[in-house]
Amino acid sequence: MAQATIAQTDAVTSSGSMITASGEPLKVSLARAERRKRLTAFFLVVPLLIFILITFIIPIGDMALNSVRNPEVVTYLPRTADAIQEWDGQGLPDEVVFEALVEDLREGMGTPAIGRVGARLNYEKSGMRSTMQRAGRAARQLEPPYRETLVERDATWGEPGTWRVIQRESSPFTLSYFIAALDRTYDDEGNIVQVREDQRIYVQLFIRTFMLSLVITALTLLLGFPIAYLMAHQPARIANLLMILVLLPFWTSLLVRTSSWIVMLQQQGVLNDLMVLVGLIGDDGRLLMVYNQTGTIVAMTHILLPFMVLPLYSVMKTIPPSYMRAARSLGANQWTAFWRIYVPQTTAGIGAGGVLVFIISIGYYITPALVGGQSGQMISNFIAFHMQRSLNWGLAAALGTILLAAVILLYYLYNRIIGVDRLKLG
Amino acid sequence: MSVTLIRLAALAGVALVATTAQARDLTIVSWGGAYQDAQREIFFEPFTAETGIAITEDSWNGGIGALRARAEGPAAWDIVQVETDELVLGCEEGIIVPLDWDVLGRDNFLPAAVHECGVGNIVWATVLAYDADRFPDGGPESWADFFDTEAFPGTRALRAGPRQALEFALMGDGVPVDEVYDVLRSPEGVDRAFAKLDSVKDSLIFWEAGAQPPQLLASGEVVMTTAYNGRVTAANQSEGRNFQIAWGAGYVYQLDSWVILANSDKQDEAMQFIEFWADPDRQALLPPYIPYGPTHVDAAALVDPEVLPDIPSAPQNLPTGLFFDDAFWVDNVEALNERFTAWAGQ
Repeated sequence: MAQATIAQTDAVTSSGSMITASGEPLKVSLARAERRKRLTAFFLVVPLLIFILITFIIPIGDMALNSVRNPEVVTYLPRTADAIQEWDGQGLPDEVVFEALVEDLREGMGTPAIGRVGARLNYEKSGMRSTMQRAGRAARQLEPPYRETLVERDATWGEPGTWRVIQRESSPFTLSYFIAALDRTYDDEGNIVQVREDQRIYVQLFIRTFMLSLVITALTLLLGFPIAYLMAHQPARIANLLMILVLLPFWTSLLVRTSSWIVMLQQQGVLNDLMVLVGLIGDDGRLLMVYNQTGTIVAMTHILLPFMVLPLYSVMKTIPPSYMRAARSLGANQWTAFWRIYVPQTTAGIGAGGVLVFIISIGYYITPALVGGQSGQMISNFIAFHMQRSLNWGLAAALGTILLAAVILLYYLYNRIIGVDRLKLG
Repeated sequence: MSVTLIRLAALAGVALVATTAQARDLTIVSWGGAYQDAQREIFFEPFTAETGIAITEDSWNGGIGALRARAEGPAAWDIVQVETDELVLGCEEGIIVPLDWDVLGRDNFLPAAVHECGVGNIVWATVLAYDADRFPDGGPESWADFFDTEAFPGTRALRAGPRQALEFALMGDGVPVDEVYDVLRSPEGVDRAFAKLDSVKDSLIFWEAGAQPPQLLASGEVVMTTAYNGRVTAANQSEGRNFQIAWGAGYVYQLDSWVILANSDKQDEAMQFIEFWADPDRQALLPPYIPYGPTHVDAAALVDPEVLPDIPSAPQNLPTGLFFDDAFWVDNVEALNERFTAWAGQ
C-alpha cells in the first residue's frame, strides 16, 4: 500500500515537497501508513500485553505495595489513630486517647478488628497481641477514668513505648516492614537502630543469597563450558547423544532430582558409603554434605547446569573453526589460540548463561528448602515462610521488593558494563 | 457478547449457585489421608446412619488465611478441624462461633480441650524418638540424654523453628516439666534454652515436614530426633520398624479442635454432630487406627490397652506431658523465630 503510494508519486508541489496522486503531501501519507502498521503490530500483541498486565505486572505491583501498606490501626482503631496525633510523645497520652481506645475496642470485639490490630502491633512490640486481646475482652466493663483503670489492669498500657508504637503505626503507610527487612527497628525514642545481634538475619541472608548464587553461577560455567565445547566440536551423532544427556535431567521432575541428591549426599548415603568402603574416611567420620550450604550448592549447580550449557553451545556452534586454524597458522600455540581467539567469541554465551543462572538461583526456593538445612536457606525461603506460615505479608513483600530491586540493579549494571544486546540465548 | 447474553449467563450462574446452596450437605473438613479415613469410619458414616443427615467431606492444610477465605464467602464449610492458632485467632475474629458448653459439659473433657469456640478432638504430641535397634544397651531416656553427645554420640534432629525446641532445651537443662514456661517467660530463660541448644549445635540437623523424622531415623541419618508421635507409631506399624518414644523424658502435647464456622447455615446439625462425636465410647475407637489421644476424660479408660501406651493422653504418659502454651508463643513467636533462625543459620 505504502509502496503503491510512493510509485505514483511524481508530482512536486510549488513549495518543493512531494505529493501523492491524490494530492496529499507524501510525508503525511507515509506517516499514516506507518501509523497503521504500528497499530496493527500493537493490536497483535495486545492479548499478550493484557495477559502480562493481569498475571504479572499488577500482582507484583500490588504485592510490592503490601510492603508499605499499613491499614490496620487506621481501620480498626479509627478514633485512637485520630486522637493520638495530638500527643507529643512525652509521658502517657491524655484521657481522651484512652477513651478513644476503649470505644474502638468495644466496637471491635467479636469482629476481626482486634485480632488483626494485635497481630500488626505484635510485629513491632512482642506481647501486644495478648495485650490487645485482654483489653478487648475487658473493654465492656471498664469504667472511666480509663487511663487509670487500663493501666491498673495491664502495665503495658502504662509504658510510653506502647503508645509510641500505636502513634507511629497510625498512618496508612509505613516503612516499618522495610526497616525490619534490613534488621533494623525503632528504639524507645523512635530512632532507627539495629535489632539485637542475635536476631539479625535478613542482611546476612541477602549477602548469603548473592554469594551462593555467584558460586553456583561460577560452578555451572566451570562444569558447563567443557561440555558445551565438546558438544560443539563432535560429529552430530555424538553431539546429539551428549545433548540428550544434558537435557534428560532437565526433563525429570525437579523434586525427584532434589531428592536423589539427598540419597546421594546424606551421611548414610551413596557417596559417604563409597568413601567409607574405599577407606577414604572412617565410619565415624562420615561427611555432612546435605542439609547445609554444600547441599544447596551441589544440588542447584546440577539443576541449573542446562541453563548454562545451552546458551554456550548455541554460541560455540557459530564460531567458525577456521579462526582457530588461522590463529595457529599465524604462530599462536594451542592455548593462546584458545584463550585469545576462541574464548572472547564465547562471551555472549557466557554472559547469557551467567545472567540466566544467576537470576534463577537468586530467587530459587524449593531446592534450598529441601537440602539446605538451616545454613543453606536463601532469602526466598524466608519470603515463603512469611507468606505461608507467619502470615506477615508486609515483611514478605518488603523482602521481595528488595530482592526485585537488587536484581533490576544488577541487570542495569550488566547492561551498562557488558551490554544486554550482546546476550545470546540461542 | 451482547448485554442480553451477559445477563443470561449471570442469571444462570446465580441459579446454579442457588441450587448448589440448597443441596448442600453438612460439610466437615479435616486433614485428609489415613486420619480422615478413620474419622469417616468411626464418626461420619455412623452419624449419617443414625441421624439421616448426609455429610460431605473436604480436607485442607490449615492456615488462618484459608479459614478466613471460607468464612467470608457463602456458606461452604460447617465443621472444621483446626490447630490452636486458628482456633484462637478465629475466635478473636468472630469467624467461628462459641460452642454450647452446657450441652457438651466442660467437666467431660480434658481442661486443655475446652475453649470458648472449639472442643479439642485429638491430642497429639511432639516427642523424643529413637531407633531401638541401634541402642541394644538402652536408648535415651531423658532430654538430658538428647543433649549428651558423649554418652550418645551421633547426629540428632530438631524441627526447624523455636517451638518445642526451646521447651525441650530447658527440660534437658534440668527444668521440671511444670516449670518450663515460667522459666521461658523470662529473658534469662530464653538465653538458657539457646545456650543448651548451642551446646550440641555441631551434632544437630533440622527437619521441616512431619514425614522427615521417621525417614531420618530409618536411614540412620540421626540417632534420635523430635517427632510427631503419630508418625513414629505409623512407621512401626507399616514398615515394621522398632522406633521407640521416650515418653518419660517429657513431651509437648497439643490439640486439634472442632470448630463451627460463623457463616454456616447448619449450626444445629453441626452441633448435633459434635455431640455425637463427643461420646467417649466412640472416641475410644480412634487410637487403634491412629495413635492420637481422645479428649473425653472417660475415653482413655475405654481405649484398647494394646495401643494405650502409644497415645499422648494415656494416664501413664500424662505426668511428663507439657501442654503447649499457645498464649506464650502467640506473643513471642516473631522475636524467637528470628533469634532461632539467626542462631541456626550461623
